[in-house]
Amino acid sequence: MSNSTLDSLAPGACARVAGFAPVAPGIADRLLELGFDEGAEVETLHHAPLGDPIAVRVDGSVVALRRALARIVLVSNAG
Amino acid sequence: MTAADAALAEMKAQPVQAGDGRLPLIALVGHPNAGKTSLFNALSGARQKVGNYPGVTVERKSAEVGLSTGRRAELIDLPGCYGLVPRSLDEAVTRDTLLGLQAGERRPDAVLIVADATNLAAHLRFALDVLRLGIPAVMALNRMDMAARDGLTLDSAGLAARLGIPVIETVAVRRRGLAELLQALEPLLALPARAPVPFVPADTRALGREAREIAKAATLTEGQGRVSSRRLDAVLLHPVAGPLILAAILFLMFQAVFSWAEAPIGWIEAGIAWLQGLVTAALPEGVFRSFLNDGVLAGVGGVVVFLPQILILFAFILVLEGSGYMVRAAFLMDRLMASVGLNGAAFIPLLSSFACAIPGIMATRSIPDEKDRLTTILIAPLMTCSARLPVYAVIIAAFIPNRALWGPVGLQGLVLFALYIAGILGAMLAALLLRRTVTRGPAPTLLMEMPAYQLPHLRDVAVGLLLRASAFLKRAGTIILGVTIALWALASFPAPPADADRPAIEYSIAGRIGSAIEPLVQPIGFNHEIAMSLLPAMAAREIAVASLATIYALDADDGDTTGLVERLRGSWPLPTALAFLAWFVFAPQCLSTLAVVRRETGGWKWPGFLFAYLMVLAYVAAGLTFHVASALL
Repeated sequence: MSNSTLDSLAPGACARVAGFAPVAPGIADRLLELGFDEGAEVETLHHAPLGDPIAVRVDGSVVALRRALARIVLVSNAG
Repeated sequence: MTAADAALAEMKAQPVQAGDGRLPLIALVGHPNAGKTSLFNALSGARQKVGNYPGVTVERKSAEVGLSTGRRAELIDLPGCYGLVPRSLDEAVTRDTLLGLQAGERRPDAVLIVADATNLAAHLRFALDVLRLGIPAVMALNRMDMAARDGLTLDSAGLAARLGIPVIETVAVRRRGLAELLQALEPLLALPARAPVPFVPADTRALGREAREIAKAATLTEGQGRVSSRRLDAVLLHPVAGPLILAAILFLMFQAVFSWAEAPIGWIEAGIAWLQGLVTAALPEGVFRSFLNDGVLAGVGGVVVFLPQILILFAFILVLEGSGYMVRAAFLMDRLMASVGLNGAAFIPLLSSFACAIPGIMATRSIPDEKDRLTTILIAPLMTCSARLPVYAVIIAAFIPNRALWGPVGLQGLVLFALYIAGILGAMLAALLLRRTVTRGPAPTLLMEMPAYQLPHLRDVAVGLLLRASAFLKRAGTIILGVTIALWALASFPAPPADADRPAIEYSIAGRIGSAIEPLVQPIGFNHEIAMSLLPAMAAREIAVASLATIYALDADDGDTTGLVERLRGSWPLPTALAFLAWFVFAPQCLSTLAVVRRETGGWKWPGFLFAYLMVLAYVAAGLTFHVASALL
């Protein structure tokens, strides 16, 4: 089980949300509201032109976010 | 016994309350992508009332609906949100309304929670958050057709039992489940009002766990999950094909806005001219006739003439929004917007501003971050709006040789294109500078849900078009009409003396103001006639053409500008003409835009700033153009 951040996940690769890097709680709450709960399955679907932002499937929904924000989301590759 | 049964039992014991004479209030809440607006449209049809909450620029959409027993209730469509901790003005209105704290709004008697069946866990979290407030509720489990198509089956009875509220399966766009929904809502309205629960922000993680657990229990068979949307995204968000398709869609949209609107604009202009002809025939020459023709009718015409373009633009935007593509466009454009400190969400308002800055500025309400929104408002007038085209067209026709460069590309077209690019580059530069100075704030970011694609529903597009067009007519219309009448007065009084040897406008207040600013604009190459036309052009930019014609004492009533083109060619040096074009790229016109900025920012501070900074920009650009051109030519 290796840990990394959501922005480093290759397109098509699945992982699970493991937690958040220390940030202002408001930002983590916003991510939680969109479904980035600990344990949720995430999959990187698309990179925008020039690589940023990225589109990620979180359980049943698809969320677009910038890489800087994705770096806050810790994921474990165990699947 | 579930809470709903308890509610029913309680209702039977309670007589129906007469209340304070107002209808009971049902609030529609849900995620932005739950299909809330479709459900609201389906329940209310076109009988919607759009107003504003006092003090904020958030729209209040409401409609009266008839319940099954013939009782009536008021349904309000609250702004969509993901949680009850607000991040934008819109979301604050939703929270405060539910808590009974919203100024100008009564506390809802019931809430109708819209949840997307295809994304149940995420939507249940919000539902649980709302249910904590203790307002009687019904859930519409929407998009059941899409769930069925994905092979997803849900146990809505089990869900109702778990949540303790009625859960009704709906397909809003097909009007399925509406009667059942109203039937479930009716008993809730008769419940005695409960004391408001003090608001404590929820533990987002705990709510999420509960929501996922409930969703899991209610899911009988898992669906395959939006297969068609994934296939479409593979093409539409492709790093190479995606931007090309976006460019093609934008090209089609511009083509539509400018060429399809040409004929209806012609009819409107002919209609106004016909009415003016009637007035001229019926009334003796004088102040009253001039007021009707050049004030009222010109003002009405100035408003209505924008309608074809704005309707076409809105139709495109509504279809793109309704299909789920608009969010994708913001995704594709975000990197570019980020390079000047903006957000992908600013893309749509800026795009609208190419038709007219007013709907563009009104569309910035969807931008969550206040500084992002303000920056977008401040640069929106730099997008070349369609009112500038007649000015560009006359000057280009007069001064730029109609020479082919490469194949179909001509010099005149190239200059027009360059003027658009100058506006866009100016806007990007302005955004960069504003972001580092007056609108500095936390680094903007992008975080948005991408809904599944769906075919936009005709009713939703039609209702949206009706609402947006009437909002434009009401807001912009009253301003444009008022400004036109005010400038007519300035340009008509005082009347010229009997022995006047110059055009009448020269003797008016507008003429005197023009003469007063003449020394100020002389250094940037502007002559007396241009100085005289600048003030009338504040009503709407295209009026610059009409007022130049008036000043040169030409008859411009028939809309034929060949006389003016000849006249300008003979009397303006080329550097002056180029400086005039540069001025119009940046100048803070029109007054209607400034008035809308005042509305949207709640004061004169930002329109004042907008006016000042654009004026400086226009002056510098025109001056530079004039002197560089004079030196080179």
